[in-house]
Amino acid sequence: MTPALSVQSLTKSFGALKVSDAITFDVAEGELHAIIGPNGAGKTTLIHQLSGSLAPDAGRIAMAGQDITRLSMPARARLGLARSFQITRILAGFTLLENVALAVQARSGSSFRFLRPVAREAALNDQAAEALVTVGLGQSARRIAGTLSHGEKRQLEIAIALAMRPKVLLLDEPLAGTGHAESARLSTLIAGLKGRLSIVLIEHDMEAVFALADRISVLVQGRVIATGTPPEIRANAGVRTAYLGEEEG
Amino acid sequence: MIGSDRAMLILLAVVAVLPPVLSALGEPFLTVILSRALIFATAALSLDLILGFGAMVSFGHAAYLGIGAYAAGILAANGLTGLEVQVPVALAAAGVFALVTGAISLRTSGVHFIMITLAFGQMAFFLMTSLSAYGGDDGQALAAPSTLFGIAVFDGAARFFYATLAVLALAWLGLRTITRSRFGRVLAGTREDPARMQAMGFSPFGYRLTAYVISGMVAALAGVLLANHAAYISPSYMSWARSGELIAMVALGGMGTLTGPVLGALAFVLAEEALAKLTTHWRLPFGAAVVLAVLFTRGGLMGALSRTRGRK
Repeated sequence: MTPALSVQSLTKSFGALKVSDAITFDVAEGELHAIIGPNGAGKTTLIHQLSGSLAPDAGRIAMAGQDITRLSMPARARLGLARSFQITRILAGFTLLENVALAVQARSGSSFRFLRPVAREAALNDQAAEALVTVGLGQSARRIAGTLSHGEKRQLEIAIALAMRPKVLLLDEPLAGTGHAESARLSTLIAGLKGRLSIVLIEHDMEAVFALADRISVLVQGRVIATGTPPEIRANAGVRTAYLGEEEG
Repeated sequence: MIGSDRAMLILLAVVAVLPPVLSALGEPFLTVILSRALIFATAALSLDLILGFGAMVSFGHAAYLGIGAYAAGILAANGLTGLEVQVPVALAAAGVFALVTGAISLRTSGVHFIMITLAFGQMAFFLMTSLSAYGGDDGQALAAPSTLFGIAVFDGAARFFYATLAVLALAWLGLRTITRSRFGRVLAGTREDPARMQAMGFSPFGYRLTAYVISGMVAALAGVLLANHAAYISPSYMSWARSGELIAMVALGGMGTLTGPVLGALAFVLAEEALAKLTTHWRLPFGAAVVLAVLFTRGGLMGALSRTRGRK
């Protein structure tokens, strides 16, 4: 079966520094694939190349078999690639419902429509409200997004992504900077998405990664040194020395 | 936004009854000044679409006023006084100028965008000063007032006043509709966070450029009125200082509210007239007043208005 996302020999250098060194991995349909690695391993550069904000020097990215390597971020989004940002990006002056309705609008016909009031488009609002309920923000639909707590903004980002009905969801450190309770709530939310869509999860919280991931790829100095199930990664000697060893002493 | 609509309707209603009142008070000339304020209100309204809703700080918006004025002036000089010809020509000229300069300017952002729109505004300014057949530097008198299918719709101060009021009301209704549409929501989204919009699948460029063109065309409509108001066309309509004044009107009134820039323009033009009567050095206190108003009324006059209403 064609993988939902296929990354082949992705290479990117900044001057003499090879930040992505022939990175190769596949994400199967419905799989939650985590990318872990120590600071400076090139995780952020990788997600920039996956989402389309940075062009690779060489290599290929395919989504459901279609080459998307040269496509812009909006073009990838329209094909079904959604993402959250490491520093949350929401439309702060909009209500939650408006934020999510805009994501529905992006895939529901032309936005070069000038006459009909968008706030009264029931089809957009209904789907947006549904996505907000899914992430647990159903009660806050009329709130202004800028007034949300950090964790709630993360939830909103996921609602925006879900409203796009994506094939692949990139989550860039969704638990970073959240408190214990918020972190647990987000983990439960992400666990609930498993199987419904393919997810690439970049995350520092090892406990969450090992609990959530179907497979994990370990990135060290721009290279994938191992890919496998959580038990395989835990048992991998190379990973232990390069990365996990630091924590387990 | 409901409050903003009500404020605008009250404003239009109050302004509409002023001409007979002013005549009764023996100040008919104030109707003429008020007409001028309404023309700038229309121009400020058009700027709000790109500045307030699209976060595009255009420092060349006066160029569109000038394009509208020169379209009317050049056609009138050649015997075509009908608005049925002048308005389409003004809209087309402004639309093409906005499309070309916008397509280039919108490849930049921030200070670069401000500078490049200023540069295009200056280009238009110097183009008009070089039109020696139409007065060059000095400009020239409008050959004849515009008509509509042969009817002298601009004849007399009161008629002209109501014509400008009608144009303002139509521009407000039109822009109000656009800003609440699908298109308007995307435009406001690009103001809030362009990267988020791209991640949703929107390419901001096309939406921004469309807004830029619409904005320029509405400003050109104000320009046609301006030429008739002064009965004169002059390159000074499109000076960079005028572009700055338009930005000040929008900021003073409250960006992204539509009603605010109309209030801002009325306050700006009327205060300018009042201060100019008191002292020849009126620009100094006037500048200070604008700065203070913007600093101390968060969200401009419209922001101050909604706060006082909220306190009740």
